[in-house]
Amino acid sequence: MKVEIVTPDVKVFEGQARHVQLPGAKGLFGVLENHASIISTLIAGKVKVEAADGDLHIFNITGGVVEVNSNKVIVLAEKVL
Amino acid sequence: MGGLKEVRERITSVSSTRQITSAMKMVSAAKLRRAQDAVTRMRPYASKLKEILENVSSTVDASDGGVYASEREVKTVLIVAVSSNRGLCGGFNANVSKAILKAIDEDFAGKDIKVLAIGKKSAEFLTRRGLEVIETHNDVFDALNFEVIAPIAEGIMKGFVDGTYDRVEIFYNEFINAASQTTVREQFLPVAPPQHSSDSKRTTDYIFEPSKTEIVLDLIPRSLKTQLYKSVLDSLASEHGARMTAMHKATDNATEMLKQLKLTYNKARQASITNEILEIVGGAAALEG
Repeated sequence: MKVEIVTPDVKVFEGQARHVQLPGAKGLFGVLENHASIISTLIAGKVKVEAADGDLHIFNITGGVVEVNSNKVIVLAEKVL
Repeated sequence: MGGLKEVRERITSVSSTRQITSAMKMVSAAKLRRAQDAVTRMRPYASKLKEILENVSSTVDASDGGVYASEREVKTVLIVAVSSNRGLCGGFNANVSKAILKAIDEDFAGKDIKVLAIGKKSAEFLTRRGLEVIETHNDVFDALNFEVIAPIAEGIMKGFVDGTYDRVEIFYNEFINAASQTTVREQFLPVAPPQHSSDSKRTTDYIFEPSKTEIVLDLIPRSLKTQLYKSVLDSLASEHGARMTAMHKATDNATEMLKQLKLTYNKARQASITNEILEIVGGAAALEG
């Protein structure tokens, strides 16, 4: 699945991933391939992206929103520390 | 004919002015490219945010915009004037100020008007016109990014929620391309209910967490901040575009002027040489005679 993390100033991450962990408003949740479509707000916390090549990328965000739809994960973060 | 020296001095002065304007044009061109990049970079975020907001609110009650959507009787209007700190950019700053005065005349006559200025030029102009400028942010252009603009937007939202302002509008120059900008007037608060996209039939069956209403309430402040940020970025790109055009014209004019002056100078020089020759010839003829 494809993952994008964007802020108003810059595209922080774009690439294929196996697994993404997100700090949802109702608690941490993970997204794997073929996850159901979801829109969720995010609170401050860590976004962990396990890339397709096995690398782990961690981003500290201050909150935002995520949309998952047909194997595309788009994280809109206001700020990435 | 003492014209020669004066013309020479004018040539020097015009050509140094020309150097300055052409340097300013180059600088603006470089800055324009950077400002344009910033506009392009924020576009994915802004368009996705808008899409999600439309998506979520297409099924939620449109009136559910929360505190930021409450329409009420307008007593106090806050005008956000986005201009620049520097002049020499054609009608760029004047257009914003003019649009504001026009709007006040037409729509806000008799209301209490307050101005929040981003950029020095419109602040100066509007103060001279007797408007109350409550805040001026001149330093945002030094290092423009989202974090600089977000607190300003938050301040405005807070003022709207606690009833200090009943309506907020932004005036800025929208960037179309390097050669053209248009002054636009945008309603900031209360937020207009999000437009339901006409092709809402294709909506996917989303899971919403925590709930649609809460997502809308969370997204509206974000989209407001983005809206203000977009205005400032657009205005900055427009400013450099406008300055580039103005300086290009100034350089062209200076070139034309130099051409004319050189012609005048050469004519005067030839005239003086002719005169000298005439005098010599006249003198020689007198000696021979």
